[in-house]
Amino acid sequence: MIKLVGVEKTLGGQPVLRGVDLEIPPGKLTTIIGRSGEGKSVLLKHMIGLFKPDRGEVWVDDVEISRLKGTALNDARKRFAMLFQGAALFDSLTVFDNVAFPLREKLGLSESDVKRRVGEKLDQVGLTGMGHKFPAELSGGMKKRAGLARALVMEPEILLIDEPTTGLDPLMAKTIHDLIVAMHKTFGFTAVMVSHEIPEIFAISDWVAILKEGKIAAMAPSQEFQQTTDPGILEFISVGGTVALVHAVREG
Amino acid sequence: MVTVMVAHLGRTTLFLLGEMGRMLLFLAATIAWFTRPPLRPFQILKQLHFIGFKSSFVVVLTAAFTGMVLGLQGYYSLRKFGAEAALGSAVALSMIRELGPVLAALMVTARAGSAMTAEIGIMRITEQIDALDTMAINPLQYLVSPKLVAGLIGVPLLVAIFDVVGIYGGYLVGVELLGVNAGSYWSSIESAVEWKDVYGGILKSISFGLIVSWVCCYKGYYTRMSAEGLGTATTEAVVLTSVLILVWDYFLTSVLL
Repeated sequence: MIKLVGVEKTLGGQPVLRGVDLEIPPGKLTTIIGRSGEGKSVLLKHMIGLFKPDRGEVWVDDVEISRLKGTALNDARKRFAMLFQGAALFDSLTVFDNVAFPLREKLGLSESDVKRRVGEKLDQVGLTGMGHKFPAELSGGMKKRAGLARALVMEPEILLIDEPTTGLDPLMAKTIHDLIVAMHKTFGFTAVMVSHEIPEIFAISDWVAILKEGKIAAMAPSQEFQQTTDPGILEFISVGGTVALVHAVREG
Repeated sequence: MVTVMVAHLGRTTLFLLGEMGRMLLFLAATIAWFTRPPLRPFQILKQLHFIGFKSSFVVVLTAAFTGMVLGLQGYYSLRKFGAEAALGSAVALSMIRELGPVLAALMVTARAGSAMTAEIGIMRITEQIDALDTMAINPLQYLVSPKLVAGLIGVPLLVAIFDVVGIYGGYLVGVELLGVNAGSYWSSIESAVEWKDVYGGILKSISFGLIVSWVCCYKGYYTRMSAEGLGTATTEAVVLTSVLILVWDYFLTSVLL
């Protein structure tokens, strides 16, 4: 289980996280929502040690990842994979080589095994036959798929997903959401997603946490959010333009 | 007014000291990661190809014209003392001791150093460096140390090429165009150039190779997260590397003399 205790972070003199307490349930898809610039991605990056908290602790099971450095941190990261907002594909490598990269670097598999595993993952994300393309030749949605394939190829225990639908049209956003849900069901990893896709995320997430003013304002199973009458939460989720949802919730 | 100036001076000094400290830590961490397996010889060869082989054309061109200009200027100066026969030694010593290491390093900075900063900077901005981190691959080990090693090997080799081509450039102008005796040209080189001249040149070129890769990688690695920031980082990398090469050259020359 990932657990954050009193995490505080200031960036560029601006307090971003002001004491985040959060527990991510294992094996579930948890989505963190919040307004733009609220620090959702910063929070996500604390979970994998890309950011160190100024104060507070980040635990992954019995390992305090926020205190680790060097090879110990690298070892702890072997359980993780991350899908970045812009996919973060290596632009000098083809899609195939991007997906093969962690296999070649970390597992030292034979080239035939690499080919088989990369082929499987590209098929699963719907990129069959696209392995020879370079990231610059891909559309936004295809980049996200390739990023997802690369993240999943090492079969991680924990997948961190940073705004997977940013810059995509609604149809493609739905496709990516469906893909994430399908992969989550197939592989059963713990998934933590950062998103501002309200209300879509309520339909696909097991748990939802709201980050507000640098703290977790609420966290509950997604069904509970749909029954809430808490005006603070209703106000927040209406910010995403989901007035219809808010009315529906109010009407029970 | 005076207080403001003193405060500004203090802030600038503290910033520069902090930056120097960060740069040294960056270098130490890169060296530490390099000593850990895996060694990644393919990455080193790839960088050697980029820093060394791909810089060879511009280095040869610069060396040829530098040698030719030295031939012209040397001939003009030496003729005043009736010492044209010493042209070979003048060209060779200038090349081997000073111009070869400095000019080759400056050319590598302009061609490969700026590209290193831009490449690493773009990787930082597009989160590719973070992606390496999340895959439990240390970016210093994967990205920076091969460039550092390639700089240490590549720049001395380029300097050697620079020296040879420069000396031949001087020969072309001095002997073929201006009529200096070919035997005098080569024999003056043989009698004037000592091992310590060559050794000094090698030492300079190795340290310049380190400076180019170190500073340019550092500036790219810690670039600000914007296109403007990357542009500034690339400019700073080239300027700082060039200045450091010239300053370090003076210190090294004063020690080696």
